[in-house]
Amino acid sequence: MMIVILIPIVLMVLFGFAISTEVNNIKVAVVAPHRTDMIREAVTRLERNEYFTFCGYVGEKEADMLLRSGRADAVVVFATDYDRRMMQASEGLPSPALIQLVLDASDVNTAGAAQAYLQGILLGSASAQDMFETRMLFNPRMKSAFNFVPGIMGFIFILVCAMMTSISIVREKETGTMEVLLVSPVRPRRIIIAKMIPYFVISCIVLVMILLLARYLLDVPMSGGVAGIFSLSLLYIILSLSLGLLVSAIARTQVAALLISAMVMMMPILMLSGLLFPLENLPAFFQVISCTVPARWYIDAMRKMMIQGVPLSEVWLDCLVLLGMTVLLLTVAFKRFNDKLE
Amino acid sequence: MKAVEVNDVSKRFGKVEALRSVSFEVERGELFGLIGPDGAGKTTLFRILATLLEADGGTALVDGMDVCRDYTSIRSRVGYMPGRFSLYQDLTVEENLAFFAALFGVDARDSYSLVAPVYRHIEPFAKRRAGRLSGGMKQKLALSCALIHRPSVLFLDEPTTGVDALSRGEFWDMLTDLKNSGISILVSTPYMDEASRCDRIALCNDGGILGTDSPVRILQRFDSPLYAARADDMFALLGAARKVRGVERCYPFGQSHHIVAGRDFSAEEFTRELSWLEGLCLEPVKPAIEDVFIKLMQK
Amino acid sequence: MKDTVISVHELTKRFGRFTAVDRISFEVKRGEIFGFLGANGAGKTTAMRMLCGLSYPTSGRGTVAGFDIRSEGERIKRHIGYMSQRFSLYNELTVFENMNFFAGIYGLSRQETARRAGELLERLDFASERNTLVGALPLGWKQKLSFVIASIHRPEVVFLDEPTGGVDPLTRRQFWEMIYEEADKGTTIFVTTHYMDEAEYCSRVSIMVDGRIKALDTPEELKKGFKAGSMDEVFGMLARQARRGE
Repeated sequence: MMIVILIPIVLMVLFGFAISTEVNNIKVAVVAPHRTDMIREAVTRLERNEYFTFCGYVGEKEADMLLRSGRADAVVVFATDYDRRMMQASEGLPSPALIQLVLDASDVNTAGAAQAYLQGILLGSASAQDMFETRMLFNPRMKSAFNFVPGIMGFIFILVCAMMTSISIVREKETGTMEVLLVSPVRPRRIIIAKMIPYFVISCIVLVMILLLARYLLDVPMSGGVAGIFSLSLLYIILSLSLGLLVSAIARTQVAALLISAMVMMMPILMLSGLLFPLENLPAFFQVISCTVPARWYIDAMRKMMIQGVPLSEVWLDCLVLLGMTVLLLTVAFKRFNDKLE
Repeated sequence: MKAVEVNDVSKRFGKVEALRSVSFEVERGELFGLIGPDGAGKTTLFRILATLLEADGGTALVDGMDVCRDYTSIRSRVGYMPGRFSLYQDLTVEENLAFFAALFGVDARDSYSLVAPVYRHIEPFAKRRAGRLSGGMKQKLALSCALIHRPSVLFLDEPTTGVDALSRGEFWDMLTDLKNSGISILVSTPYMDEASRCDRIALCNDGGILGTDSPVRILQRFDSPLYAARADDMFALLGAARKVRGVERCYPFGQSHHIVAGRDFSAEEFTRELSWLEGLCLEPVKPAIEDVFIKLMQK
Repeated sequence: MKDTVISVHELTKRFGRFTAVDRISFEVKRGEIFGFLGANGAGKTTAMRMLCGLSYPTSGRGTVAGFDIRSEGERIKRHIGYMSQRFSLYNELTVFENMNFFAGIYGLSRQETARRAGELLERLDFASERNTLVGALPLGWKQKLSFVIASIHRPEVVFLDEPTGGVDPLTRRQFWEMIYEEADKGTTIFVTTHYMDEAEYCSRVSIMVDGRIKALDTPEELKKGFKAGSMDEVFGMLARQARRGE
């Protein structure tokens, strides 16, 4: 009952406040060959704006690194002869490529909004499109499929593993066959593992299919290394399986298993994992909650590895969190699923 | 060594006392019936004996082994058929049998001689899915599966519930055959008329046991004279009979009403007093299990 | 003075080429306790659904409580009560709330509901349990309660599906006593069951085999006619004739 009342409230809050596709707290670095007054003035405007965080003046190489590691979301590169061409522009002369914007577009929403804001802030409403040269890094054509691939993966494995495993185990509880299985000399651990294997295999097939499709149909770069992507995904699959096992230990009926899977697992993944909406602009409360959602870490790591080309070693934090969660869930799940009915 | 020994076993679920210090024994090669209504604690008792639940107090031995300590070895010696026929509905009859054989690590062919008398009835439907079998056939398949590993003790929890009268009769015949082949059987049923099919029975009610004995000796415990009374208007008879002197109890019993006679009951006086009822007749009858059950319940 | 409450003539129901109910005919008088027996798959349920106005007969005719089962199914539903072993009351409502709810479904006025509920509570000796949650009642009590609730709108016929399966013998007696009392007041009771010792309580019994009524008489006459000691044997003899595969 509580769920029915809580869900609409949470949704309203999320959609109303957090999940605007507007963007907060975009980290911007600036590359300026000469820090002229006009440039300083523009940067000050940037600094004062609530949507942006200014990370300082950097060199071109450093900027590239900042973008790759995710420490900056956008880089503004002022032209060498910015002042002079700005004057020309104010006289009405065309002035192409006055400012170059380099954006991390692995999150399309963020990048799109950031581009529009930056244009407005830097040159005011008078600015013309052609004054900017925009480069969307890592995903130059801004295909949203890119962005969605990791999200979908995070979603699908929970669906296949957690939901299907829990339902298949609970169904046996319902029909009473679990009672007979438990009474047989086969060890409960073996029963559990046997129930998990099919979904593990299915998930692996799905994983391979998704990766092939992503690579050859959608041209996702996956420059972070297929081995890394694969092994992290396997970890995530195991985590999802243990989640399903845990649900099956709690639920007594298939309907209950379905509800728990949908409410407790699906909703947070859709809303709080960065699948649909950027995490940065969630209220602090939801940001904290989102840290407990495994998909958040997985999707984050996958985005970095599949789109930005970061190697596995660079996403060690995500890996560590996922590993910790897996170990925790698996232990709890095995403890709960003992060989008695209570 | 007894097949089953239950000593002072009790179990509670929250506020509900499912079993209160239950004790009984099942001899080797005996067909023992737990007879009692729903909610008497029969299923809880089965789960404790099948090592699926732990009792709060008391001890229980199956084949001489403790259900808590030696539960792994008990599991390979016990055939258990839970209340609902626990079959894989989407597997066929023979697949179900093969699955349970594999589960217990036995070859289905080795046990065929034991299973055959039961399995023969459903063999023509070997390719049919278990979910599409009738109640009687599901029951036989579930029994075949419980027998596949040649258990020494069989636990059957309400195997005849929801099965029609004909199949129920056949089922009891099979249990008798199995018993004769040396298997000890503990079976529960809410239907009192099935008590006579057991060697010994325990009458269960409300978490306790009212009495344990052979069906014949249980019936002897009914020590008051018992009469069956009939009249054209049975409902009027019920009210009127209760007012007659010496009638301890009068209750509907199938076609007639049973009258438990007290010390100062006289059949002549009864018929004389109620002679205004058309078609009245009164005759002494032998008590049935239900009569005993009612009597023991009211003690 | 005994009039006919249920009357069916050559009632048939076919599903495609399968004849579930094959030209059955019988009559049930007011105040009778009529046992309707048959093995699994004999067509009991289908026949009963037609009598309750839930299913349309392929051919044949019949009336229940004076209404035609072909054209007046909705009216029939207002004049019958139904209780099955599985039919449960709402566990999370109190005894009185359950009564109130079912009275509402059958369109009883508020005063009538209050009066009927009072009557029924008194009859069950339940007055003290008026505000107890049904879920907290013992099984036997629930069963008695669901019987009186099935008759809260004073139906002419009450259909009972395996009414006393799994109940302790004492409660069972109380239950049948209630049924006798209700029948004595003129309600017709229609019992379907496959437990033969339940059949012994009925005034007349019909046994269905393969969609047809193979026997119809008082339990006593049936036993005499088949030279059997119990209804179980009578049923066994008839059911063995069944050709319809399980």
